[in-house]
Amino acid sequence: MTDWTNHLLILPILLPLMVGAAMIPLDERNRMLKGVMGFVSTLALFVLSLVLMRMASSSEAMAAGNGVYQLGNWPAPFGIVLVLDRLSALMLCLTSGLALAAQAYSIARWHTAGHHFHSLFQLLIAGLNGSFLTGDLFNLFVFFEIMLAASYGLLLHGSGPLRVKAGLHYVAINLAASSLFLIGVSLIYGATGTLNMADLSVKLATLSAGDRQMVEVGAGVLGVAFLVKAGMWPLSFWLPTAYAAATPPVAAVFAILTKVGIYVILRLSLLVFGANAGVSAGFGQTVLLAGGLLTIAFGAIGVLASQAMGRLAAYSVLVSSGTLLAAIGLGHASMIAGALFYLVSSTLTISAFFLLIELVERGRDAGADVLAVTMEAYGDADEDEEEEEVGATIPGTMAILGLCFCLCALLLAGLPPLSGFVAKFAILGGLFGLSGAEAAPAISPADWTYVTLLIVSGLAAMIAMNRVGIRTFWASIENTVPRVVVIEITPVVVLLAACIFLSLQAGPIMHYMQATADSLMNPAGYAERVLGAPRAGGQ
Amino acid sequence: MELILSVAIGVLTASGVYLLLRPRTYQVIIGLSLLSYAVNLFIFGMGRLRVNAPPVLEPGGVGDLSRYTDPVPQALVLTAIVIGFAMTALFLVVLLASRGFTGTDHVDGREQRHD
Repeated sequence: MTDWTNHLLILPILLPLMVGAAMIPLDERNRMLKGVMGFVSTLALFVLSLVLMRMASSSEAMAAGNGVYQLGNWPAPFGIVLVLDRLSALMLCLTSGLALAAQAYSIARWHTAGHHFHSLFQLLIAGLNGSFLTGDLFNLFVFFEIMLAASYGLLLHGSGPLRVKAGLHYVAINLAASSLFLIGVSLIYGATGTLNMADLSVKLATLSAGDRQMVEVGAGVLGVAFLVKAGMWPLSFWLPTAYAAATPPVAAVFAILTKVGIYVILRLSLLVFGANAGVSAGFGQTVLLAGGLLTIAFGAIGVLASQAMGRLAAYSVLVSSGTLLAAIGLGHASMIAGALFYLVSSTLTISAFFLLIELVERGRDAGADVLAVTMEAYGDADEDEEEEEVGATIPGTMAILGLCFCLCALLLAGLPPLSGFVAKFAILGGLFGLSGAEAAPAISPADWTYVTLLIVSGLAAMIAMNRVGIRTFWASIENTVPRVVVIEITPVVVLLAACIFLSLQAGPIMHYMQATADSLMNPAGYAERVLGAPRAGGQ
Repeated sequence: MELILSVAIGVLTASGVYLLLRPRTYQVIIGLSLLSYAVNLFIFGMGRLRVNAPPVLEPGGVGDLSRYTDPVPQALVLTAIVIGFAMTALFLVVLLASRGFTGTDHVDGREQRHD
């Protein structure tokens, strides 16, 4: 029997959708009101996600049928279901946390650069939350499209030739990927007659050889669509340009868009092609592994070659994606918990870095090539920059910015004592069987390649960050100190503080991640929970 | 019937992919539209081709289920059409903005030089 708290499951989708819609008729001059509305809504979502996380980790509530929300009270697989588990609760929490920081940051000045910023932002959150909560493939497509549509608008926010050009490529790539998504979904439906993920995982083992092949083809086509989103090499050439061209608060929240691709691949590969999939078990792992390794290499080379900090951050996104994809591709169950920790830590870091870049670059030489994007956003002469400042500027600007930059560098490179190190250590510890939970697995050449690339990519990040840091903080005495207001630096500090919190509380958080990984490794439990959920009103 | 449909999907997809790889934004948008038509037909085909079989129950009882065709792909196609249409419209706006900024309809925002 479920209780009323189960209805909280629909709120992460409904709330931003309604707030976003309510903002549209409001006049564009009431930006501050919209900003406050959006902020309050995101704050409510953050609290809600913590409640849901608590719910997901209590096994009594889950056993009682909570965490599966049947829309229209139709049982799965015939009706549409929303499913909450530890992984989706974690992703909800991460999304709302990032959104909170990006939104606070945008209120200082960036939301004035275009129309409907806050509405689009809420719709993006609704799409993201929906993708994390949904339990069937076609709804995943719908929420994915909501998310993408909002992201097109947000990428173009601020306008200008550079953004429009990047936006054009971004939209074209994603529309083509959406076509692949639909082809994959319909192939899977044609072969199995179901779109519910839990039902799919049960039915796969019972299919005839021909139908199973069709599901595999469908899953492969579907996977390509997600890998485009996740930025796997060679599907990732659009990503650095698009992310570097986006306005800082948008880029900060885009850091989680690649993780949606990773999330879906992780979920589907473990649920549908997990241990009980028979012949199909482990389908696609080789591709994920090879692609992931190449992505790390490509990202690391990109990090080293980047002139502008925006591109450096964008290539760091690729390194992070590659690390996760290859970790999934290696297929060691012991690595998943570490990989999840890395996912959270790297997303927070990259997000903070995207926000920080613009603050640092604000004080640099106006003619510099790297400033091209930022400058045209401010306009040439007709817009007075000083007028847009809201709130008090902070003292000791360069010291604080420099400290934040150092923390970002440590986190990106994965050096102790921060969470970047803890995350990489957890992944490698899982790989070498340090947890002691099971016998150490045999270390294959692929594993060694992964270890090497993981460490070399950290070194590449360190070198690149050092170079940029020296150029920016030690060699720019003659430049003016940037004017930074409190509300802009606070989100950066909060995101970095979250990373420090992750390092300090690494023990309890790793327990949560381990429990998440264990439940992901048990697809039968997930299927049973979804398909056996009682209907509301009871029978 | 199967042959006609599959040939149609194949031709649409091939033309769509060819146009998608062309350098003009207008060709790209037509390519994306053709591709989405092909995908819609493909989804429809995945519900198996039947003629004279309704997707919704007729009044007066359920009767023999084999007289009905699968309604799910038809519902999926409707959703896919709406979403695809909206996205194409959005792409059109970006296309016009790009044309306005750069003065060219090349996808990279500048003409390729031949020298």
